[in-house]
Amino acid sequence: MASITLNNVVKRYGSGKTANQVIHGVNAKIDDGEFVVVVGPSGCGKSTLLRMVAGLEEITGGEIMIGDRVVNDLEPSERDIAMVFQNYALYPHMNVFDNMAYGLKIAKVPMAEIEARVAKAAKILELGEFMKRKPRELSGGQRQRVAMGRAIVRQPQVFLFDEPLSNLDAKLRAHTRLEIQKLHRELGITSLFVTHDQVEAMTLAQRMIVMNGGVMEQFGTPDEVYSHPATTFVASFIGSPPMNLLSNAPDSEPGTVVGIRPEHLDITPGGWALRVDALEMLGFERLIYGRWQHGDGDEMVIVRSDEAQPVPELDSIIHVTPRADRLHTFDAATGKRLSANA
Amino acid sequence: MEKRVRFVSAWLPWVLIAPQMAVVLVFFFWPAGQALYQSVLSEGIFGGDTLFVGAENFERLFADESYLESFKTTAVFSLLVAFFGMGLSLLLAVMANRVVRGAGIYKTLLIWPYAVAPVVAGVLWLFMFAAPMGIVSFVLRALGIDWNHLLNSNHAMTLIVVAAVWKQLSYNFLFFLAGLQSIPKSLIEAAAIDGASPWHRFWTIVFPLLSPTTFFLLVINVVYAFFDTFGIVDATTHGGPGKDTAILVYKVYVDGFKAMDMGGSAAQSVVLMVIVVTLTVIQFHYVEKKVQY
Repeated sequence: MASITLNNVVKRYGSGKTANQVIHGVNAKIDDGEFVVVVGPSGCGKSTLLRMVAGLEEITGGEIMIGDRVVNDLEPSERDIAMVFQNYALYPHMNVFDNMAYGLKIAKVPMAEIEARVAKAAKILELGEFMKRKPRELSGGQRQRVAMGRAIVRQPQVFLFDEPLSNLDAKLRAHTRLEIQKLHRELGITSLFVTHDQVEAMTLAQRMIVMNGGVMEQFGTPDEVYSHPATTFVASFIGSPPMNLLSNAPDSEPGTVVGIRPEHLDITPGGWALRVDALEMLGFERLIYGRWQHGDGDEMVIVRSDEAQPVPELDSIIHVTPRADRLHTFDAATGKRLSANA
Repeated sequence: MEKRVRFVSAWLPWVLIAPQMAVVLVFFFWPAGQALYQSVLSEGIFGGDTLFVGAENFERLFADESYLESFKTTAVFSLLVAFFGMGLSLLLAVMANRVVRGAGIYKTLLIWPYAVAPVVAGVLWLFMFAAPMGIVSFVLRALGIDWNHLLNSNHAMTLIVVAAVWKQLSYNFLFFLAGLQSIPKSLIEAAAIDGASPWHRFWTIVFPLLSPTTFFLLVINVVYAFFDTFGIVDATTHGGPGKDTAILVYKVYVDGFKAMDMGGSAAQSVVLMVIVVTLTVIQFHYVEKKVQY
């Protein structure tokens, strides 16, 4: 097992004037045995970053280390990694056993050991009865497990996951999320997991990297990222519905943006007056989309309330008060967090 | 959703397929019927007195040493054309698949030979291989090979194989390139991570996944070598030296129109027809079902 160190990693396509930089100097150290999720919107460079660790993309600048080895110029096969692809990338002409054994056969592992290792992985992933089947005869979830199995049998230093759950339906995704968690507890292999889904990121990550536009916006535990977002981007990307970001709230300092999560607004007399624009009834919770009219204009504010509260009428006025200790302040120009936040 | 087109009028569909039907009837069914009919007749050398002879033309054919020899020649020729044509085009397709800059120009250049008529291809290579001044024969002589396809039957065979392969290269190339591009890149990447060298990746992942394309092209190339290479043979070796490059389709022509043995020639056409029908059936039957991953 090994840590992964990213030192000022840069990726640029093309050169000169037409150069297109997609990763802008990422620095991070993923500890040995840690499960780190890279999350961000599509096109933020998260997959590119993962592929650079895998050796499928060249590293334009900086340094990537696995353990204490600089791997910049190593072939993917020399990096001692295993990867689970979004489309699983199972070899369609090989059965499940051959798919899992392919890498071991190349590594000239003795046949008896290959069989033992594949059998063990198959047992963990409950694939025993499918060993002779071709990938096209398997369901999406089974294929996903074969892809995991192919990674496990290699016993690598590092697992890389490239959105492995995005092709599963919602129910199976939730189930597989738990299985991946369990697997990581059992095997304890350093894992880098890329996703655009914040729920996956929050539930799987020990620590998460939030990326936007090729820049690492924040690197921290899910709790830190949620309660102390480092930038307005993180504040609006993590959390559903996103944090309310008010750029001209009264009694805020000029040039700042005030942030408050929808669940930190209490419906009480006094406070901010909102005109109810829309309602979303989600059973266990209600989302109230209000328009806050004040001196300089109006802003959309989302309030999360629950069954205990009466349902407001559309177009009626409700009053909400932000919890003072849950207010976040950001610099309007840079988007960076200003307040330490109690 | 209804995908079938429904015609209100009864005769419109027939009118619409009439041109195609006319072409097929006039240029395929009619001559094919003629060949079948003539293959059981014996015609006098000056025409006129035709005689029904039943299977005699066929019996004569299969007792004829030179016909069996022509079978062998055709087998060798078509295997060489299929092997080299496909091997070379696969190599070119693999390389073209890696080209990033100028890929369009590279592909266009490779597809050009397909627009050249077989006779022109034959003449082109004949010039290059022509004994005293052809560029290829000049180089070969410099290398110490005394090139003469008029006397040496191996040289003659090489010449028609080269011309036929060159002519078919574009077609094979296009199909292989399309086949390669349909293989998901992530499979190759997964194999690379699994530790497979490029060579190993090609033979264990890419080549097996190309097998439907390869099988399709194998049938197409054999059919091509059997039937579409008449022009090349006629423009270069005329089946010579002796009859050493007289492939079946060339022999049909020579026996029918040079030796005026209409019945025998027609019988040979029927045999060729049986071969092409068999190959087509194999093609339809197996390409869809058996050769799949």
